[in-house]
Amino acid sequence: MNKISVIIKREYITRVRKKSFIILTILAPLLMAALIILPTAVMMNQEGELKKIAVIEDNSDLFKNVITNTKDAKFEYLENVRIEDLKISFEKAGYYGILYISPEVVNTPNAVQLISKQQPPIGLLQHIENCMKKEIEKQKLLAYHIDNLDDIMKNVETNVSIQTIKIDDSGAVKETSTGIAMALAYIFGLLMYMLVFIFGSQVMRGVIEEKTSRVVEVIVSSVKPIQLMMGKIIGIALVGLTQFMIWVILTISIVGFVKTTIIEKAGVAEIAQAIPQDLMKADQQSVIASQNQAGEISPELAEFSKMFENAMNQPWGLIIFSFIFYFITGYLLYASVFAAIGSAVDNETETQQFMLPVTIPIILALMVAIGTMQNPESSLAFWCSMIPLTSPIVMMARIPFGVPYWQIAVSMALMLVTFIGFVWMAAKVYRTGILMYGKKTSWKEMWKWLRYRG
Amino acid sequence: MVLFEAKNVTKQYGDQLALDNVSISVPEQCIYGLLGPNGAGKTTLIRIINQITGPDSGELFLNGKKLTPADVQQIGYLPEERGLYKKMKVGEQALYFAQLKGLTKAEAMRRLKYWFKKLDMVDWWGKKVEELSKGMQQKVQFITTVLHEPKLLIFDEPFTGFDPLNTNIVKNEIRFLRERGATIILSTHNMESVEELCDNITLIDKARTILEGSVNEIRSKWAANEYDLVFEGDVQIVGNNHYQILNQQKDNNKSIIRLKTTNNIPSNEIIQTAIKSGNIISFNPALPSMNEIFIRVVEARN
Repeated sequence: MNKISVIIKREYITRVRKKSFIILTILAPLLMAALIILPTAVMMNQEGELKKIAVIEDNSDLFKNVITNTKDAKFEYLENVRIEDLKISFEKAGYYGILYISPEVVNTPNAVQLISKQQPPIGLLQHIENCMKKEIEKQKLLAYHIDNLDDIMKNVETNVSIQTIKIDDSGAVKETSTGIAMALAYIFGLLMYMLVFIFGSQVMRGVIEEKTSRVVEVIVSSVKPIQLMMGKIIGIALVGLTQFMIWVILTISIVGFVKTTIIEKAGVAEIAQAIPQDLMKADQQSVIASQNQAGEISPELAEFSKMFENAMNQPWGLIIFSFIFYFITGYLLYASVFAAIGSAVDNETETQQFMLPVTIPIILALMVAIGTMQNPESSLAFWCSMIPLTSPIVMMARIPFGVPYWQIAVSMALMLVTFIGFVWMAAKVYRTGILMYGKKTSWKEMWKWLRYRG
Repeated sequence: MVLFEAKNVTKQYGDQLALDNVSISVPEQCIYGLLGPNGAGKTTLIRIINQITGPDSGELFLNGKKLTPADVQQIGYLPEERGLYKKMKVGEQALYFAQLKGLTKAEAMRRLKYWFKKLDMVDWWGKKVEELSKGMQQKVQFITTVLHEPKLLIFDEPFTGFDPLNTNIVKNEIRFLRERGATIILSTHNMESVEELCDNITLIDKARTILEGSVNEIRSKWAANEYDLVFEGDVQIVGNNHYQILNQQKDNNKSIIRLKTTNNIPSNEIIQTAIKSGNIISFNPALPSMNEIFIRVVEARN
């Protein structure tokens, strides 16, 4: 249809040219990139400072050289120093703080004090606690006088890392990661929510604008109301997709740029050190582990490549197909409802009473989608991924965890039928609503419009 | 030849009857007045002609053929509630509406240039609509209505918001369009412009046609046996068995008296009687204004 494309073009161009669109499109990825980069930068800065800590023990030397130095903390064991004296002078002597250990420590856990002028970082406290706990455990075990204790201890020390493996119907085995599935579920669920909600309400505002400025009557004398409605809905969908594409490209390139220029200059080695020991140990996959031993790949790169491999094991074809399907049908469903609401009111404040029943399923869907990440097999998640009003968001959150094909097929079929029904009804309400002025519309009134003849 | 015809159109909204068996027949190159009080059903009829809504029953013909959706290209509509996109630039907007009516961009551009020049609006092209005054916006809308050179033009209250100067310009443009072959349906409450422009009218009240025909015929029919008698100075006369006085008023040292003959006496006899009362300045058969006819017809029904 030639005329519908004229409408789509106008809807698209007037929005894309708006200053607010351009500003938001450029600023959002900068903000997003800042959100990703800033914490890293802050973390790196903090780590640069070395804290010297004095260790004093009361009438004992049980913990001498027990607390190991870390990258950013150095422990000096002082003997023959009185805590009262040091309390006054530790800052002048260049100490960050004093770790005071009383002899009761073996029996009472509160017998250790870290005295400092500033609030010490949580990482430092954990390090001290870990070291002392191990030492105390060791001392206690020693008290049992077990032979070959050291060997036993070495033997006992284990690491557990659960490897999740998904078997599909054909019996093929794939290594997966629940973390990745959760991240994907979250991203796709949220993305669907944003697209449907933000651009759906843009459709509504557009319809209200046309109605209040009375442009609509001129236009519907040239094109059919449904052409105007669909032209607007499609035009705005294209605006949304454009913005989304620009965001993805900009965010990736900004993060990529900053990563290569700033972080890599700071040195990969430092980052590798920053990764806690147990995380490195958790990485047990044989191939990568051997590469690790060979020292070819830094641990974080290994972690990343494993994540990447896991991510690639996701059913991407299905995810992308479903996303496109649910986006198109879900967006069209909600956007046409929003258009119908916009057509029924005289101004934006009047939309409240109609918005609530429409907003509830969307927000409910998002909440269920987040819950889905904890338990993708729950019956709530199942039903919400079948009911067409919530299924676009909930099903997208379920798919990364694996959903039987018949469920997807049923959900899509229901969605398709409902979406066609909603667009048809919305078009009928819209057709009458856009030409009605001054009358406060109710649901009952809209129901009547549904039955008017064209 | 009849260009447009609506036959027995009925339209109901819920339990409210908007049009009840209304028929109109618009001759080619005619300016056809569509009159009626507020809420009579004029806008509904216009929307049906524009195929914005469909009738419950009844038929519409353009050029003798049944009206089809493709015919919107042949119709230009200036709605009473005018609307333009406020944030959009004048030129772009005019192009947009032209394209919706099926013109190509190049053709629309060529015609817009002509019209913008003709109505002295060239400077407005790059301005946003919200920067224009109401009258200016109306001119823009007028152009977008006529640009695709439709055979049938429908103007709903085209003069509201215009100053007398611009009202005149628009009136002249309407006449000019008619000369160039367009047929015009004019819906207005401005009865003066009906007398001035319209050839035929239909008056709709409460969903029904209550008066139709050519303006001149209607006026002379309603003028039957009414005369305006103007005296110099302050003069009062009383009715007799030949005529009755409908109205007496003073204006600028003149007395204007409207009288109606009760039987068909020759006007000379009226003058002979009246001449005794004072100095007659003029004696004319009184053609009632469309305004009066409108009020009388509608009030008579209530």
